[in-house]
Amino acid sequence: MEIFGVPLQAMMSQLLLGLVNGSFYAMLSLGLAVIFGLLNVINFSHGALYMMGAFMAYIGVTEYGLNYWMMLVLAPLAVGIFGIAVEKTMLRWLYKLDHLYGLLLTFGITLLLEGVFRSFFGVSGQTLSVPEQLQGATNLGFMILPNYRAWVVACSLVVCLGTWFVIEKTRLGAYLRAGTENPKLVEAFGINVPRMVTLTYGFGVALAGLAGVLAAPVINVTPLMGSNLIIVVFAVVVIGGMGSILGSIITGLLLGVIEGLTRVFYPEGSEVVVFVVMVIVLLLRPAGLFGKEK
Amino acid sequence: MNKKILYALALALALAAPFFGYPVFLMKLLCFALFACAFNLLIGFTGLLSFGHAAFFGSAGYTTGYLLSSVGLPVELGILAGVATSAVLGLVIGSLAIRRQGIYFSMITLALAQMVYFAALRSPFTHGEDGLQGVPRGKLLGMIDLSNDLTLYYVVLAIAVAGFALINRTVHSPFGQVLKAIKENEPRAISLGYDADKYKLLAFVLSAALTGLAGATKTLVLGFETLTDVHWTMSGLVVLMTLVGGMGTMAGPIIGAFIIVLLENKLGEVGNFLAEHTGIAWFTTLGESVGMVTGLIFIVCVLLFRRGIVGEIGALFERMGKKAPAAAPRVNPAKDREAA
Repeated sequence: MEIFGVPLQAMMSQLLLGLVNGSFYAMLSLGLAVIFGLLNVINFSHGALYMMGAFMAYIGVTEYGLNYWMMLVLAPLAVGIFGIAVEKTMLRWLYKLDHLYGLLLTFGITLLLEGVFRSFFGVSGQTLSVPEQLQGATNLGFMILPNYRAWVVACSLVVCLGTWFVIEKTRLGAYLRAGTENPKLVEAFGINVPRMVTLTYGFGVALAGLAGVLAAPVINVTPLMGSNLIIVVFAVVVIGGMGSILGSIITGLLLGVIEGLTRVFYPEGSEVVVFVVMVIVLLLRPAGLFGKEK
Repeated sequence: MNKKILYALALALALAAPFFGYPVFLMKLLCFALFACAFNLLIGFTGLLSFGHAAFFGSAGYTTGYLLSSVGLPVELGILAGVATSAVLGLVIGSLAIRRQGIYFSMITLALAQMVYFAALRSPFTHGEDGLQGVPRGKLLGMIDLSNDLTLYYVVLAIAVAGFALINRTVHSPFGQVLKAIKENEPRAISLGYDADKYKLLAFVLSAALTGLAGATKTLVLGFETLTDVHWTMSGLVVLMTLVGGMGTMAGPIIGAFIIVLLENKLGEVGNFLAEHTGIAWFTTLGESVGMVTGLIFIVCVLLFRRGIVGEIGALFERMGKKAPAAAPRVNPAKDREAA
């Protein structure tokens, strides 16, 4: 069977690849949105922390003989703790200033992290093998579904929707949303806002770390893997706007799929298609798809 | 009066410099100084943080390099074409980016500049990873032979001084005052009847064109153009130069550019020196980890020296004069108030 002259099999596998990339976009832009909501900081280092998560998984598995499943928990935890340390020692001093200082500081952290990992691992890539339980593929009749890719999409969907649920439907999430609207007032109600801010940042970057662990077996783990991704994710954030949690998840997945489709029909355009979509959105709906300008 | 003496001193120093230093390196310094000053026109005087200035720097460099080496255009036309390219690119990117405010503006410029990077990577005429090599210097106006480093130095100095003068004039013109008003409080500027978007766009195009002038000149000086100049790290580097020197000051970006370019070139030597004297072998790798060091400087500057070198000195003088605490630097006071 063919669709527009492309075999269904090839089409489906590119779509799935698009969904995998889309899951990473969704997790990263979700983290950015949550952090920006409460901290008013655009975390440039998100990409570097994603890279750090992937390297943690690699180091844990190859150097310490831990398995993938342990690293799935440990690596995001380590990245989260690192994030908390950064928030407590550096970011904290910039909240009263213009947003751009937060961007510049996290940009510096990105360069530093990339430099450190480069000095240890060089620029050539490392690979992590797919865990035993997820090796192989399932034949669905119309396509062959590699198990690991299905796991990445499923896992990130669960994490993203779980985050959405916690923020929109629970009491903790209500504090968070209130803190986004008016931190002074929330503090007056006896909620420890500075601690909430710290934990939010830790959680946001842990999401990036988790995305890194998920990505490690399917892509080349290099010190530069994060910065190429973060620029695309920024475009995703501009397209979706950071006002809505569900909005960033949907935009992320959608753009991954669009990118996958472009790879089928016009491969040369696949690396810029997200930016082209951004331009179109800026022309037609400057505030973004789910935009509430802040 | 004081200022005039300083300008004269700086000019005298610049005129004498090639007799003491390596002219090609000095020319590179001048190009980056002009680049940083052009960037500062936006961040320091209009309050817009562009994270995509490498696109203008590199595209002008590629255009000039291609026209000089493959088409054989005269030098002055090649440079003009480079400037025109980045000005047009500035118009396109600027008109898209000013549709959003604040931090979104930075993200859009970064994303669009990445598109330019991919264009440079994939286009046939840029030679991808290899870049353009062997760009001829030619003769200025068909008479002055630029293959002599010393002659070229004075031409580059003239270009840079003209660029600085234009920036200085812009900042102190009525147009510059409107930009300042927009930076301080955009809604108020609009309510006073200024079309803020039009002013922002004009400032953006001007900054892009001057950045292009710096990029085109740099290609002429070094004789090659590579992907480094269009990569996002270059956009970050120019932010750092401006930040180190002092955003919103006239001399700051020049000093910042000198420091950062010097650091990039000499870091290896500094590393070897440290390794020799401390016995820690790790320092020898410092030359390859420029990114790490620039990242560290970024962090320290943002946390401790937000005014930059010139800004801090200015604040010191102010304190000595008035004995009053100087105000914190504000890139966008309206936003600060909102956040506080």
